[in-house]
Amino acid sequence: MFQTRIHGRGGQGVVTAAEMLSIAAFLEGKHAQAFPSFGSERTGAPVVAFCRINNKEIRLREPIMTPDSIIIQDPTLLNQVDVFQGLKPDGYVIINSGKTFGELGISEIAAKLRAERQVCVPATEIAMKHLGRPMPNAVLLGAFAGITGIITLESVAAAIRNKFSGKVAEGNISAATAAFDYAKQQLSLLEVI
Amino acid sequence: MSYQPVKFYQTGTFTVGNRLLDESDRSVQATTARNNSLNSGHRACQGCGEALGARYAIDAAMAASNRQLIAANATGCLEVFSTPYPETSWQMPWIHSLFGNAPAVASGVAAAMRIKGRTEVRVVAQGGDGSTTDIGFGCLSGMFERNDDVLYICYDNEGYMNTGVQRSSATPPAVRTATTMPLGPEPGNVFGQGKYLPAIAMAHRIPFVATATVADLRDLEHKVKHAINIRGAKYIHIFVPCPLGWGSASHDTINLAYMAKECGLFPVFQAEYGKITGVSKIRKPIPVEDYMKPQRRYAHLFGKNPALETIAKIQARADENISTYGLLEEGVN
Amino acid sequence: MTLKQIEGSHGVAETIALCRPEVICAYPISPQTHIVEGLGEMVKAGELRAEYLNVESEFAAMSVAIGSSAAGARTYTATASQGLLFMVEAVYNAAGLGLPIVMTVANRAIGAPINIWNDHSDSMSQRDCGWIQLFAETNQEAMDLHIQAFKLAEELSLPVMVCMDGFILTHAYERLDVPTQEQVDAFLPPFEPRQILDPSHPVSIGAMVGPEAFTEVRYLAHAKQLQALDLLPEISADFKKSFGRDSGGLIRPYKTEGAETIVIALGSVLGTIKDVIDEMQEAGCSIGVLGITSFRPFPLDAIRDALKGAKRIVVLEKCFAVGVGGIVATNVRMALEGSGQQVRTVVAGLGGRAITMSSLHAIFLEAMAGKLEALTFLDLNSEVVDHVLELERNVRLSGPVAESVLRNIGTVASNIA
Repeated sequence: MFQTRIHGRGGQGVVTAAEMLSIAAFLEGKHAQAFPSFGSERTGAPVVAFCRINNKEIRLREPIMTPDSIIIQDPTLLNQVDVFQGLKPDGYVIINSGKTFGELGISEIAAKLRAERQVCVPATEIAMKHLGRPMPNAVLLGAFAGITGIITLESVAAAIRNKFSGKVAEGNISAATAAFDYAKQQLSLLEVI
Repeated sequence: MSYQPVKFYQTGTFTVGNRLLDESDRSVQATTARNNSLNSGHRACQGCGEALGARYAIDAAMAASNRQLIAANATGCLEVFSTPYPETSWQMPWIHSLFGNAPAVASGVAAAMRIKGRTEVRVVAQGGDGSTTDIGFGCLSGMFERNDDVLYICYDNEGYMNTGVQRSSATPPAVRTATTMPLGPEPGNVFGQGKYLPAIAMAHRIPFVATATVADLRDLEHKVKHAINIRGAKYIHIFVPCPLGWGSASHDTINLAYMAKECGLFPVFQAEYGKITGVSKIRKPIPVEDYMKPQRRYAHLFGKNPALETIAKIQARADENISTYGLLEEGVN
Repeated sequence: MTLKQIEGSHGVAETIALCRPEVICAYPISPQTHIVEGLGEMVKAGELRAEYLNVESEFAAMSVAIGSSAAGARTYTATASQGLLFMVEAVYNAAGLGLPIVMTVANRAIGAPINIWNDHSDSMSQRDCGWIQLFAETNQEAMDLHIQAFKLAEELSLPVMVCMDGFILTHAYERLDVPTQEQVDAFLPPFEPRQILDPSHPVSIGAMVGPEAFTEVRYLAHAKQLQALDLLPEISADFKKSFGRDSGGLIRPYKTEGAETIVIALGSVLGTIKDVIDEMQEAGCSIGVLGITSFRPFPLDAIRDALKGAKRIVVLEKCFAVGVGGIVATNVRMALEGSGQQVRTVVAGLGGRAITMSSLHAIFLEAMAGKLEALTFLDLNSEVVDHVLELERNVRLSGPVAESVLRNIGTVASNIA
């Protein structure tokens, strides 16, 4: 079972991201379970959503305590929420930021993780460019597909089309594709080094 | 204009008056084809205004709907005295659910009829002033706001009579009830702003709102018949004296209803979409004392040391109604 | 059938629509709101031919449902928590009148303190109201139970509550098998009422009943619920024939064969418990779990049979009767009367407290070691509780309790669960 925890703020589409991730997995014939942290959070408040992906039926209903991957939609949460809580040593981290892990002040945490499983993606900028709105949620799923390979970019696109339509869908898809490429590029840079 | 084609004080009794009218205008009760919806044998007190009002109202509704009528009834005297089963007095489909939900139950019946395409079936909800103005007020307002196809009839006897004469928000100032005893510096019910449901109903801008009394049964019948043929929410507020709760003589029920209207304390009018379209005029206003004196619930205001100030305040309310609703016939004062 | 990755609420809404409800009453309260929103959309779009009433309260929702059901329309509504309590008078009335209304309860805690998260306090407060209560383990079962609920309700002329865990199920996206209209139509015939308000056959419904007949009327309500004990397994078997899935019925044993310890629970926590049971059995523990689907009527015989041979019973419940202890456990003890089997109560998941595999693992091991007390509150923060009790002993104006507890716990925004 592959478990993902998504951190963000109310209004950033955190819950929708988890749902789209589950749809993408479903479209690949997998079992998936997405659920929010069930708060009555208002815009701007810290929000958590979860997604489990498995090859068999998922019965477990506890929140994700030991995630295989973490998506952080807003880097300002790093100082506020223990976002890395329970992250497995070989887990993935995807942060919405144009900065590096060092610049974000989390190089210690980054050092404990595998280099090819961590990436900062300027998702908000990418979203502004392709979508015209600062919505990083679907964009980061593109990056997620890029570094985890748990789902394909095609499935992410299909999941986006399931949730949105028209210009919004297409803008999100091209943004997710750009983020996918960006993440892949970061990985290839590592190999060069 | 309320229904006053013939002035019955000119023609004498109710029965005599009937003969002067077109057949279509005659009282539903005057024909053997009447439905007897609330059949005889029920357990209402002698002189019960509510039983009289309900019989006329529901028979009129039955006649106007070709007997395609379903009634929802709130808990209260009417429900209790009419249905110790198997001796139900209701010669029609009738449901009682709770004290505070008759308007909502009726909304449900109306919704069922609509989805089943049974547009010929009309729906009535009925309750006393306690269920209407107090406990069922939320459901009533909701029914109005949705403009559900229901005629709601309130039988107003100005208190919780079923439970032993306690105050409701329709109980007038100074009245003695079991919870507003004639004691202390301000005996009886307080002088509040009141909670006048007809005006609140009008504020919902529903298609039809009317008041009526059991003293003018033909006016009552006419309003019910008119309302039953309107689609949407309708409200009729009927003034029904209660001999038990008011401490009045059984034979005075109609007279008291007549005097309540003629003194101005109970304006009789009708309104469409929030605007008053007709008023039953007062021929010659009578003093409120004439109306109050036959009722023991006001007895503490009279006697050796009458509470003149209190009586004057009640008179002022009547006078205010007269001017607000334009109750005086022109040229008469 | 179509497989879809959708929210539980959405799945329930789609299923309700397939059941062809004629009147739907909607009043918003979390976490059931998505269900009636979904239905409202379908009615507006013309996909579902139904009367959809936006009412002014839950009390009105149930009252409208009473009227429409009595007038012969298949009627549905949904609520939760405070909403269920607000409609209680009408909830009892619907059962007393024998009206086959189907209602979803998206289980949520009851305040004060106000809490929007899941537990079973709301449904359990209505366990004696005369409604049939079915608890769904998964979203698929929640959907399936609604189809069965209409069938059962209309067969018995009794209202049925389908209870599904708020948020945990209602807001979870999962793979759901949505049946076709043809399948549902074949399984669920049009509503044929046992009583109806109809001008062509006038009847009085809801008359006053005195001491001479009240006991008999109430006994019949009981007798009808007992009929459901036979009907529920039949309907569940028929459902399996039509839809190819095990859903509903009275109880659901999992690896209880020969188990020394059997855990009992209701609702979605059964999934987590099953994962724990698998782990523990692999480690050689003799432990199984029994799910109760039908809480009302309570299947005394079926439960007694399912627990035969077990030494210890651990009832894990998301609610409790203040001043006594477990609610489900009390019922289970009734089933086990005279058997001498030990019943332990674990109260868990109150107000959305996460029930984790590790906590369950630990408490079950304790139970198997015979160390579990009669009543345990899972993961209770005793330190905070003791602190507040101490404060109350020492200070007269000790202040509001909930706020004292919160102050002691401190900030929670940084916690994940």
